[in-house]
Amino acid sequence: MNSRIFHIATNTFREAVRDRVLYNLVAFALLISAAAVLVGQISIHIERLVVINLGLTAVSLFGIVIAIFIGIGLVSKEIDKRTLYTVLSRPVRRWEFIAGKFFGLSGTLVVNTFFMAIGVFAALAYVSHHLVAADLWILVALYFIVLQFVIITALALFFSSFSTPIFSALFAFLLFIIGSFANDLRNFAALTHGVTRWFATAAAYLVPNFSELNVIAEVAHGATIPARLIILNSVYVAVYALVLLSGAVLIFERRNLK
Amino acid sequence: MIRSRTITAVAATTLLASMGASIFLVRIIDREHPTATLQATLYISSPKMLKRLSLGYEGLLADLYWTRVVQYFGGIHRHGGGQYKLLWPLLNITTQLDPHLIPAYEFGGTFLVAKPPNGAGAPQQAVELVKFGIENNPSDWHLYYDLAFIYYDMKDYRNSAQAFLRGSQLPGAHPFLKIMAANMAQHGGDLATARMMWTATYQTTHDDMIRANAVAHLRAIQADAEVTQLDQIVQIYHKRTGKFPAGFAEIVSVGLLKEIPVDPLGHPYKVEPGGNVVVSEPADLPFLNKGLPEGYVPSIVPKLSPAE
Repeated sequence: MNSRIFHIATNTFREAVRDRVLYNLVAFALLISAAAVLVGQISIHIERLVVINLGLTAVSLFGIVIAIFIGIGLVSKEIDKRTLYTVLSRPVRRWEFIAGKFFGLSGTLVVNTFFMAIGVFAALAYVSHHLVAADLWILVALYFIVLQFVIITALALFFSSFSTPIFSALFAFLLFIIGSFANDLRNFAALTHGVTRWFATAAAYLVPNFSELNVIAEVAHGATIPARLIILNSVYVAVYALVLLSGAVLIFERRNLK
Repeated sequence: MIRSRTITAVAATTLLASMGASIFLVRIIDREHPTATLQATLYISSPKMLKRLSLGYEGLLADLYWTRVVQYFGGIHRHGGGQYKLLWPLLNITTQLDPHLIPAYEFGGTFLVAKPPNGAGAPQQAVELVKFGIENNPSDWHLYYDLAFIYYDMKDYRNSAQAFLRGSQLPGAHPFLKIMAANMAQHGGDLATARMMWTATYQTTHDDMIRANAVAHLRAIQADAEVTQLDQIVQIYHKRTGKFPAGFAEIVSVGLLKEIPVDPLGHPYKVEPGGNVVVSEPADLPFLNKGLPEGYVPSIVPKLSPAE
């Protein structure tokens, strides 16, 4: 990473860390992990499952909310506050600005996930009294959650490069929902014929494949996640984020900032 | 400054007072309309639809539905039993959302098979549920055990024996399963078989509630057998003396018994005027088939004494 991108990423990280909303959301996610202990007690034999399912779902959903709401403001805030002009008047290229913002927010989300994961593991240790080797698969689920955040951050950045913050948030959230149905979309495309099949297949492969990035239910039961899936998902997310960032750079390069 | 403090004090007082009033009102409304509970309604009945709506977080949704099953069943049971109309759809949704949620099959099967008012009295659905569990968790011998128990409850000893046998062939299965498969095939309805099944349950479970339940059943089986024996002794006394004894002290005095017999919990057995042998504390021995005092109505919620 060149030094300019690194500096923008560091500043983005600092700015995000100063945001009080971030702390509220992280605190809320930790509270939900703690609440999982109580939910387990009003049910039968699922104390551990609830902690993993509810804890990881909270990490995932709150992380997505953080990624969207901070991501959509990355470009627009800089324009509103006119700080973007100061940045771009220096020897910083527009693509470096986009890349720096992306890495900065991704880093913030990784740190957030780390703290929220500590909460989940603490709740799990409290309920189970000890951690077992199978619990290490939770780390894979957390890694996949981080991969989700990477795509969401790239999506938010892509939309915010040409749209208003509200619409960017709406588009990113809708794509998250549609992407969660990616498997169903592909099955639907396989059932259609002719031109419809063509369009349905194209749509099914264009939306982000969030359905394969959610292994919470599997790891809750101690199931192993194939190494091949971990590698393929990592490569897929890197490629998909690159697509979105390239799009964002293309648009941002042509955008009239005057 | 003083005015600002006054406003703060008034606002704080109003807030606390209105919060208290709202809680009070909710309690009154609850009393007026006690049946207005969420659990009586199933807003979305399609597991497929729910799975889609879960956006990939179906594991969490399954946990919440399982909690709802427990609360639904427990709620009706606590209020004296009744119809468990939503039990099957809720269990179906839970297991479709998470086919690996073993407690839903183990406990759900029990909830479904138990006769009303203790359960839904739907043994076929219980079989369907546990079979679905086996389909999705073929290496878990506990599910075969549960299926065998359901068949046993249905008095279908042949299928029960088969389920035990299939379970016994799985790696790690409890050795008891093989013995029970043979025993079930030979003496399906015997008390000895029932004793063996509950003993195995007691030995294999780690759940305190199931353990207490198994012990309660074992005590009932023992008391049933003892009442049968004592009935015969009372009949012998009647033949000899031409009258029924007023108590076991009379039987001891003629040498038919060495001491006054006691039930598995140490309470003395009693003889009713008609010569029937009964337990003195029937509430302490739920699941009893014999020896219940005349007119005694068993409690809907069985009293489970500690397993030890």
